[in-house]
Amino acid sequence: MTKRQKRMAAIAALLLGLGLAAALGFTAFRKNMMYFYTPSDLLANAAPLGAKLRLGGLVERGSLRHGEGLRVDFTLADCEHRVPVHYEGILPDLFREGQGIVATGSLQPGGVFVADEVLAKHDENYMPPQVAQSLKGKNGQHSCAPFKPVTPGGAAS
Amino acid sequence: MIPELGHFALILALGVALVQVLVPAYGLWRRSGRALAVATSAAQTQALLVFTAFGCLTWCFITQDFSVAYVTANSHSELPLVYRFTAVWGAHEGSLLLWVTILAGWTLAVSVFNRRLPADITATALAVLGVVSIGFLLFMLLTSNPFERLFPVPEDGRDLNPLLQDPGMVIHPPMLYMGYVGFSVAFAFAIAALVSGRLDSAWARWTRPWTITAWLFMTLGITLGSWWAYHVLGWGGWWFWDPVENASFMPWLVGTALIHSLAVTEKRGLLKSWTVLLAILAFGLSLLGTFLVRSGVIVSVHAFASDPARGVFILGFLGTVLGAAFLLYAWRAPKLVSEGELRLFSREGLLLINNLFLVVASASVLLGTLYPLVVDALQIGKISVGPPYFNAVFIPLFAPLLMLVGLAIAVPWKRARIGDAVRHLRVPLVATAVAAVTLPLVFQGSASLPVIAGGFLGFWAALTALQEPWRRIRAKTSWRAGLASVPRGTWGMTLAHLGLGVWTLGVVFVSSFSIEKDVRLSPQGSVELRGYEFQFQGVESRPGPNYDSDYGTVLVEREGRTVATLHPEKRLYHATHQMMTQAAVDHTPLRDLYVALGEPLDNGDWALRLYYKPMMRLVWLGGVLMVFGGILAASDRRYRPVRATETAVATQGVVA
Repeated sequence: MTKRQKRMAAIAALLLGLGLAAALGFTAFRKNMMYFYTPSDLLANAAPLGAKLRLGGLVERGSLRHGEGLRVDFTLADCEHRVPVHYEGILPDLFREGQGIVATGSLQPGGVFVADEVLAKHDENYMPPQVAQSLKGKNGQHSCAPFKPVTPGGAAS
Repeated sequence: MIPELGHFALILALGVALVQVLVPAYGLWRRSGRALAVATSAAQTQALLVFTAFGCLTWCFITQDFSVAYVTANSHSELPLVYRFTAVWGAHEGSLLLWVTILAGWTLAVSVFNRRLPADITATALAVLGVVSIGFLLFMLLTSNPFERLFPVPEDGRDLNPLLQDPGMVIHPPMLYMGYVGFSVAFAFAIAALVSGRLDSAWARWTRPWTITAWLFMTLGITLGSWWAYHVLGWGGWWFWDPVENASFMPWLVGTALIHSLAVTEKRGLLKSWTVLLAILAFGLSLLGTFLVRSGVIVSVHAFASDPARGVFILGFLGTVLGAAFLLYAWRAPKLVSEGELRLFSREGLLLINNLFLVVASASVLLGTLYPLVVDALQIGKISVGPPYFNAVFIPLFAPLLMLVGLAIAVPWKRARIGDAVRHLRVPLVATAVAAVTLPLVFQGSASLPVIAGGFLGFWAALTALQEPWRRIRAKTSWRAGLASVPRGTWGMTLAHLGLGVWTLGVVFVSSFSIEKDVRLSPQGSVELRGYEFQFQGVESRPGPNYDSDYGTVLVEREGRTVATLHPEKRLYHATHQMMTQAAVDHTPLRDLYVALGEPLDNGDWALRLYYKPMMRLVWLGGVLMVFGGILAASDRRYRPVRATETAVATQGVVA
């Protein structure tokens, strides 16, 4: 092979390798991408049953029930709809009723969201920005009176 | 008075930084040696001013001056003294001041240690560092002044974020910033090389110790951060692929690539423009990391600023600095001609492949970190990519990389023969295979294919690392002469690669054999975990300096003998009303027993996390070995031009 041919071969091999890496990367990416939903999105049948997704909303006051062992049931709500959530495990330190959280899991046939991870971060005033934003209506206002006192306007600032 | 002094020092520092940039630039243009020399004194003056400002803020924290808004937000009268020091960088404004202070420190070091370099190179490098400093000083003075006063003065502060009240947090941020900012020195030298058009092995020799030093601090910072997360976040994880962790991991990967390509540039005069590109990228990723953390665009434990103006400023700065650097690169890099031909099967060729893997790995982290942000910004939807993506991408990238490590060490520079490589690697190959099968069988009683494969990679990197000193020692007649003949740089490389192998073993064992159990236990109840009996003795209340604690006691027994008494805690901080979990860990080199309190349930029952994690220590040990490797490599005597000349003169004297 001449020097030029060698160089072309090296470049071809390099491109092939990079292409392969990119293909692998994007496949892994698409398989592990999770969309964020609100209870309203979920009930509007926007999410496929059983698909892994993130659900964000406020924990409804008085809805938390501890069951056998580490089983926990609570209701996650936005301004319009509620979704019952089932979780087995330890809730994070900052989990409190009335507060915004994000649960990772999937929607089961009975309409129950089964979470395998519950996230609540920062201080008690903190709300995940996605939750805060999705709670805001089209006009930038919210109508979350039933879910006081955690309102996106005051909490996310 | 003191806060105003600090503020004033920062404004002066900005002025001096302008001088540090403009006068040397004039000097380069007019070829005036006197103008170039100004860079050094300006850099030193700027450092003094910035250190003064940092001292002023620290003073405000120690004396609890609650008239300063930043002190009020991050301190409290009950806060212990140690944490008053660390509270200085506990939030946005102060950590920016820390950034600038460390940058001033690096600039000072460059101005002191590089006096023997050509005047134009030193001046250009200092001017580039000055530009970076101007950007951050402006950012601080315009959007986030740490010395802002409050009126009326509040009676007490709002306390430091309890997550940060931990010994690990005392040194994690400064170490990490030493790394982030340290890459600015490599960047400055790269720009100086582009401006002057001179890039030879001497240039690579100046740049190497700076880059290695930045890299070792970064390694230490990341290791400490991981250690902190393991102990304080209470989930027993050591790496979460959190965007902020990724922000530090990307420059680390590119920095690692840079260290290796600098070696090629120094020894063989090859890959020059590639090395310069890596130096620009490493610093660019450091800036991007700062942007991600400081702008509040990501949801994370670290993201405390959420002011859009700040994000826009940093993004603009990032765009300007990198845009200018890439333009200069596109214009000047074609002038950097390699001094020979590169063969793929030689040490430099294998190092180039290693570089490709590292850069692709970094790019895949970048994709996973930025893509969700871009999608959100374009309002297409809200998505997130979890750890499975990163794990799926990293395993196929890291496996060949670890194999390359052993191969590249066994192969000489310039050209290599496959037969020689096979002969050199026979013994390590067999030893690796035996060890990879034996270790899991002995300690865990079982061995699956992934564990053997992972163990093989770890042992391969560790055992082949020992070859180079081994070969050098065998070449001498006695052990002592042999040991003395191994240069520090070689020891550094050996330790760092050994650390990589040890780290890999730790990761493989922890991820394959960990047992994690979340249980509900009543007082005196017990549960068994891999031969260990965890007996829950209950929880009592105890007061701390600025918190109240639920202080748990768990007795761990094995075959009737008490192995450990663990005290996991749940702390409620007074000022912030924040709950914190403090895990308790009993560790030996072979396993960690990890207990964290979950939440109180009815009838005095508690939810507890009980973990058994084999060889967890190896993950940190690997990081520490890499750090020591870096220290040895950076202190190699051939980077000290003064001593080297003296020795040369001495030898000549003897010969004459």
